[in-house]
Amino acid sequence: MTSTPTSTTVKWPSPQATSPYSYDDLRRLMSLMTGDEKHGPAATSTLDVLWVLYDRVLRVSPETADAADRDRFLLSKGHGPMAYYAVLVAKGFLPEAWLSGFGGFDSPLGHHPDRTLVPGVEIGSGSLGHGLPLAVGTALGLRAQGLDAARTWVLVGDAEMDEGSNHEAIAFAGAVGLDGLRVVAVDNSSATYGWRGGLASRFTAEGWSALTVDGRDHAALYEAFTAPHPGRPHAVIARVEPKRA
Amino acid sequence: MDTMRERFATTASRLLDEDPRLAVVLAVISSDRFKDAARAHPDRVIDVGIREQLLVGATGGLALAGMRPIAHTFASFLVERPFEQVKLDLDHQDVGAVLVSAGGSYDIAAGGRTHQAPGDVALLDTLDGWTVHVPGHPDEAEALLRHAAADGDHRVYVRLGEQSNRDPLHVPPGVFRTVRTGGAGVVLAVGPMLDATLEAVEGLDVSVLYASTVRPFDAHTLRAEVRRAGAADVVLVEPYLAGTSVPYAAEALADTPHRLLGLGTARRELRRYGTWAEHVTAHGLDPAGLRSRITAFLR
Repeated sequence: MTSTPTSTTVKWPSPQATSPYSYDDLRRLMSLMTGDEKHGPAATSTLDVLWVLYDRVLRVSPETADAADRDRFLLSKGHGPMAYYAVLVAKGFLPEAWLSGFGGFDSPLGHHPDRTLVPGVEIGSGSLGHGLPLAVGTALGLRAQGLDAARTWVLVGDAEMDEGSNHEAIAFAGAVGLDGLRVVAVDNSSATYGWRGGLASRFTAEGWSALTVDGRDHAALYEAFTAPHPGRPHAVIARVEPKRA
Repeated sequence: MDTMRERFATTASRLLDEDPRLAVVLAVISSDRFKDAARAHPDRVIDVGIREQLLVGATGGLALAGMRPIAHTFASFLVERPFEQVKLDLDHQDVGAVLVSAGGSYDIAAGGRTHQAPGDVALLDTLDGWTVHVPGHPDEAEALLRHAAADGDHRVYVRLGEQSNRDPLHVPPGVFRTVRTGGAGVVLAVGPMLDATLEAVEGLDVSVLYASTVRPFDAHTLRAEVRRAGAADVVLVEPYLAGTSVPYAAEALADTPHRLLGLGTARRELRRYGTWAEHVTAHGLDPAGLRSRITAFLR
């Protein structure tokens, strides 16, 4: 690539110290959308994963949201995005005042996110099985431009993994050793027929590095997110409470 | 003369040398024609295997990362099979790409229905903002491919086929060219339909317009030619599903009492093999088939 990125070079980890919000504010922020102080496991299944990623792992901030070499986070499982919007507010990508309009005609915050309406949102999602193939292309595109420091993360759900498009992406990314690609699969045991042998085996069978951890344990998530995986794409299976306990 | 598909491979390979933002994404089809380009640009010639959802999804991702991707396979596997990926991974993400198809409506006649996509342009018409090029000659294909590759971040579909006119007729994208004028009607020939159309209307007092770009639809030129001819009897001759461009012509002529005939491939499945030329005739898109329907329409 002859052209060089014109925007700010992203530091890692990105300093978020100025944010007035902490992890303890996320449930209150979510309640601004749901009108409900208590959230069941389904609504919060992605909450800890998202927090650890945005707080400690992703090299992206509101200031670098358009930088060519930022880390990308693609929310593929677009339904139930309250935790995602709450984390984006906590990290300063969007104002808290937007949350109360959630799903309204005049609100940019829909029940599935739209990248053209929400700052910091990398893809519009909702139809399952699109994020991982998009992430494959993004990782390929970053590699082709020599932006090797930029990582591409995609969050999928275990039921979403039923979609065949994901398996096209997993097989290809493993075969070509696309090591800029990372998947976090939030596993709340909601796949209709489950995953015999565990979801991680679908990735390792295709040559990925894969780790399965407690999706509520921040230290374990961080360790899994930052584990080295030279020459291979990396998957983290984050297990949380079953959707239908 | 090489085919449009061969010209695509040589042109795209050269464009990869010239523009570092370009990437070619393949799903096995034609990948043997990109071997040298893949050696020269291993990160920008990507064959995902027989995975067409990934073909279009990865194309969207490349665009999100700032690249100008060119995705290619047969029309049935590029537009129809992964149509939701076209709709969501390109349109909904608001990113650009160039989709280059081969095979069209009946090129792979002996292959049967599974390899035929007469509805590709009609499907793209359900989306917004697609430029659709239907070149009528390999030289036109090369010019339109070069234009598409450099066409900012627009979404562009280039429909390549085996059928070709004898000579190229270069028309700037988005404009219809007046090939001949008459006073009893206006016939619009799209891409490879031009030679057959000109032969079909020999001796008839009609205007013939030529389009190698059908979207955007050049309403201005059609309106002007209808006004000049003084006859609002309009025939569209397209190498894909009959009537695909009828709504666009109707909109162009909304303020004029007019008659429209849309000719193209039939909706009913033609359960025959053979050659593309036999399918052209079976769909009545050969000069004789066109002439009988055009004269019946003009009365």
